[in-house]
Amino acid sequence: MIKNIICTVCPRGCSISVKGENSIVESVENYGCKRGIEYAKAEFVCPVRILTTVVKVDGKDELIPVRSNKPIPKSKILECMEEIRKTTITLPVKMHQVIIENVCDTGVSIVATKEF
Amino acid sequence: MYKIDCTVAVIGGGPAGLAAAISAKKEGAEKVIIVERDNALGGILQQCIHPGFGLTRFKEELTGPEYYSRFTSRLEEEGVDVLLNTMVLEVNGKTNKIICVNGEYGLTEINAKSIVLSMGCRERTRANIVVPGTRPAGLYTAGSAQRLINRQNVMVGKKAVILGSGDIGMIMARRLTLEGAKVELVVELMPYLAGLTRNRVQCLDDFGIPLKLSHTITAIVGEKRVEGVKIAPVDQNKKPILEKEEFIPCDTVLFSVGLIPENELSKGAGVEINPITNGPTVNQYMQTNIPSIFASGNVVHVNDLVDNVSSESETAGKYACLYANGKLNSNSEVITVKTGSNVRYVCPQKIALQEGKASLYFRVLSPDENVTLIAKDGDTILARKKELRVSPGEMCNLSIDVSKIVNGVTVEVVKE
Ligand SMILES: Cc1cc2nc3c(=O)[nH]c(=O)nc-3n(C[C@H](O)[C@H](O)[C@H](O)COP(=O)(O)OP(=O)(O)OC[C@H]3O[C@@H](n4cnc5c(N)ncnc54)[C@H](O)[C@@H]3O)c2cc1C
Ligand code: SF4
Repeated sequence: MIKNIICTVCPRGCSISVKGENSIVESVENYGCKRGIEYAKAEFVCPVRILTTVVKVDGKDELIPVRSNKPIPKSKILECMEEIRKTTITLPVKMHQVIIENVCDTGVSIVATKEF
Repeated sequence: MYKIDCTVAVIGGGPAGLAAAISAKKEGAEKVIIVERDNALGGILQQCIHPGFGLTRFKEELTGPEYYSRFTSRLEEEGVDVLLNTMVLEVNGKTNKIICVNGEYGLTEINAKSIVLSMGCRERTRANIVVPGTRPAGLYTAGSAQRLINRQNVMVGKKAVILGSGDIGMIMARRLTLEGAKVELVVELMPYLAGLTRNRVQCLDDFGIPLKLSHTITAIVGEKRVEGVKIAPVDQNKKPILEKEEFIPCDTVLFSVGLIPENELSKGAGVEINPITNGPTVNQYMQTNIPSIFASGNVVHVNDLVDNVSSESETAGKYACLYANGKLNSNSEVITVKTGSNVRYVCPQKIALQEGKASLYFRVLSPDENVTLIAKDGDTILARKKELRVSPGEMCNLSIDVSKIVNGVTVEVVKE
């Protein structure tokens, strides 16, 4: 299988073509620099993204912005959103305080990005 | 009337105001005060909960709130004063007096030795770009939708079309999708993407949201609530080709059609406004035509990267302090920076011929590849830099040595 992957490491946005099957990469072509090779390989095997959203505060109008402390597999993003939506927190909250540990068995935590 | 005296007064507590205030204080200003109309600091970054901030400055990808927290957490130790819930109504360019209104003190007068304007910008609306049709509920600017969803817990709709492929529009396409809405389409008038490629990949492609370049919304349909939009491709003169019009059902339309610097106060103070950037004309110290008034951030020109905002604001704060303390020579000769081929504008527009370096930020008119950015004085090259890719959505910059300027400076972007 050949996949065309747009590299997002720098603004040049090279369209890199990766050949392989599942988690095995056979070749990487059309990259503008070395950083692109690593990115394209990872993106081919298992694309991951930082997830950011907000959580509600119990009994208040406030929303607290949160993020995943590490990238989450793209395929699990919507499932994680479901779980975060069900969560409410109580104040005060500290910067990078863990809100949900190991969200949806990803091994990644959801943490606050604001002190309040 | 309640009165406050200070060395440097900063209007607006967004990233620009925060960096300017800290920098003025560090430079030795005795009393620095930030005046902010909102109930919290951080400006627009409070609603920008996505990552993408601070890569240049902190070498990390931070969210908006994480980015501004790096500055707000330093205010106390630096000794910067903050006045929240305070709307500035008037800046007097002759007396350096600021009139504002605060819930607790009522009408308040601030006497400053110098002033930094950092009011940011506001969004262009549908009215600014004239989209025909009815005026039903369900029409939002992308930024106001962002504020509703990220700060006020109000969802704007279930099925959306977004006009404009700028970063805010694309980021909102992802945000709406994550919150369970369906984004039918992003429509862009120009033949190229307005925002960063990265945002197209991570905000549109990731969720299979289609993007139509060289298209526009020709009409909004619906009586009480939006029922859909008509879209059509445009010809080379950006005129819609009506024979190819099609109807897309939706209940929400977001407009992400650009930002306009917020300069009512600046104009009232007599600050000269540049017709291209719609912001104050400034020199390399971010000083306006009124020597005691400085400006930085989106109020001067719309920035795509907050990192640039912070660094130009540090310049503004530093020189505002030097001016206040009588250490900035304002009598040197001033030249106007000229724009050469494929350069839309350069900021600063003026350079005071003194010692030191000047950072020139500029935008191209149209996208290009394999180009050289050049700042020159006649035939003398002051600075040059190769760039694999330039686009109107991404700011370019060059740094020049001001003492090398003899006649003037022209900035151009040329093909190799
Ligand atoms: C939706 C969106 C997404 C973005 N995404 C990114 C990104 O991913 N990465 C990146 O690097 N940059 C991004 N940016 C750009 C960056 O956030 C801005 O360039 C930056 O916030 C500008 O800072 P500022 O301080 O000039 O303006 P603002 O943040 O707008 O702050 C201006 C402040 O002035 C206050 N004010 C205005 N008028 C008055 C008055 N009369 N009296 C008192 N106070 C007043 C306002 O309340 C506000 O707090 C984004 C911008 C937007 C709008
Ligand atoms: S491959 Fe290298 S040059 Fe191309 S976009 Fe990625 S980081 Fe940039």
